[in-house]
Amino acid sequence: MAEFTGFRRADGSVGVRNHVAVIPTSVSASALSRRIGADAGERVRATPHQMGADQPTPAREQTERVLAGIGRNPNVGAALLVELGTESIDVEALADRIAESGTPVETLSIREVGGTAAAIEAGRERARSLVAEVADARRETADASELVFGVECGGSDATSGIAANPAVGNACDRLVEAGGTACFSETPEFIGAEHILAERCADRATREWLLERVEMRENMAQLMGVDLRGAQPTPGNQEGGLTTIEEKSLGAISKGGTTPVRGMVEYAERLPTGGGLVLMDTPGYDVESVVGKVAGGAQVIAFTTGRGSTTGNPIAPVIKVTGNPKTWERLSNNMDFDASTVISGESLSDVGERLFDLLLEVASGRLTEAEYRRLEEFAINEIQPEELVGLRGEAR
Amino acid sequence: MKGRVLDGCALLMTDRDTVVTALEDLEADREIALGEGESVALREPVPFGHKVAVTAIDTDDHVVKYGEVIGEATERIEPGAWVHTHNCESTRGRGDIPKPNGSGVVAEGERR
Repeated sequence: MAEFTGFRRADGSVGVRNHVAVIPTSVSASALSRRIGADAGERVRATPHQMGADQPTPAREQTERVLAGIGRNPNVGAALLVELGTESIDVEALADRIAESGTPVETLSIREVGGTAAAIEAGRERARSLVAEVADARRETADASELVFGVECGGSDATSGIAANPAVGNACDRLVEAGGTACFSETPEFIGAEHILAERCADRATREWLLERVEMRENMAQLMGVDLRGAQPTPGNQEGGLTTIEEKSLGAISKGGTTPVRGMVEYAERLPTGGGLVLMDTPGYDVESVVGKVAGGAQVIAFTTGRGSTTGNPIAPVIKVTGNPKTWERLSNNMDFDASTVISGESLSDVGERLFDLLLEVASGRLTEAEYRRLEEFAINEIQPEELVGLRGEAR
Repeated sequence: MKGRVLDGCALLMTDRDTVVTALEDLEADREIALGEGESVALREPVPFGHKVAVTAIDTDDHVVKYGEVIGEATERIEPGAWVHTHNCESTRGRGDIPKPNGSGVVAEGERR
């Protein structure tokens, strides 16, 4: 039976890390949160971001959903929410949403405590007391079925679709077989492959929702009167041999494996535990997409890259997988797993098994290269004006 | 790996495909044996990961990889030619081309 060791939380979920998260409610509290995070010790992770103090309602709700989800992620043992004090996000309401899961939460208002200098002092102190609160947690054995595994690709090239994505897909199949959840996202990168995903949907509602969202993303390009080709595939993807979005998508979807698509969730919406393969509707920007899945509860991310992305995440370990032998060599201090052996003849099943073992090791505490180097990119998707128009039903 | 490696240097993902993927940097004039006595000679150098046509593809015809359509030929592509953005383009997400049913198209003169 596949097992790992993790931190059992009050709501029954299992964290693979035991972080204290310092979460700003807006850009105005982000620099300070980063400072507190840097000062308060090894366990503390800040999630600075660029979202505004006064976003339009749907965008604000999405930001709140992300922040609440980050605070509730099982890898977070305790959370400190930081606001300037002028934000339309209600920090106490957000704290309540996080505390529902049993996670200890503190709040800090920069205006209330008397400005930046006082807030740094108070923030450090509160972060340290939260660290003391989580320090006693110990790892215990947990079943692989309690893992929510987010998979992502970025800086793709032709090897992504041939080696790295199918290898990660094989690991997803193994996790789903073991009763866990695997999730992949990036709806623009379903374009051209959506008919294959649609056929794999377990029910009609999921199929219709999936096709609707793909059409919406494609129409966004139409609405803006632009040609997707300018951005997809990216110039780097093209240099790596990918010619069209269809080709990129057909390679991208293989990272989800071959099991039925059990459902689909909104950006940063809670992912089910024991849910099989589930899609999330996210933009194609990899950092925002990873954050969406971590906010949805993913404890571990696998990130495939042919060209050589170095991105990590403050809350979830990111396992870097490349199918490009040159990238494995050149970026050895950023890569965790070499899937290029698929091209030189190792069977997909063997590579997938090795990757699944690494997933369990990382879940049990083995640090990834991105963690060693404290690469902790964090960004929240902002709903664009064109999308807001669409949400209000005034699209045409 | 899914697909078949041809002549140790090119990957054919499915038998329906009209292109193969170079598994190493390939020089011009290199012959790739396709099996059953057939072969194709490269008309130009093709870098690792890039595609080579294994059959002739007419203008506007589908380019097929993974057994699926990945785009259309913008000019006639001869066997052995490098297939990339210069001769193959996407048919999806094309805001620059009005859809036949007119849906989603911004009115003339606006936001061009």
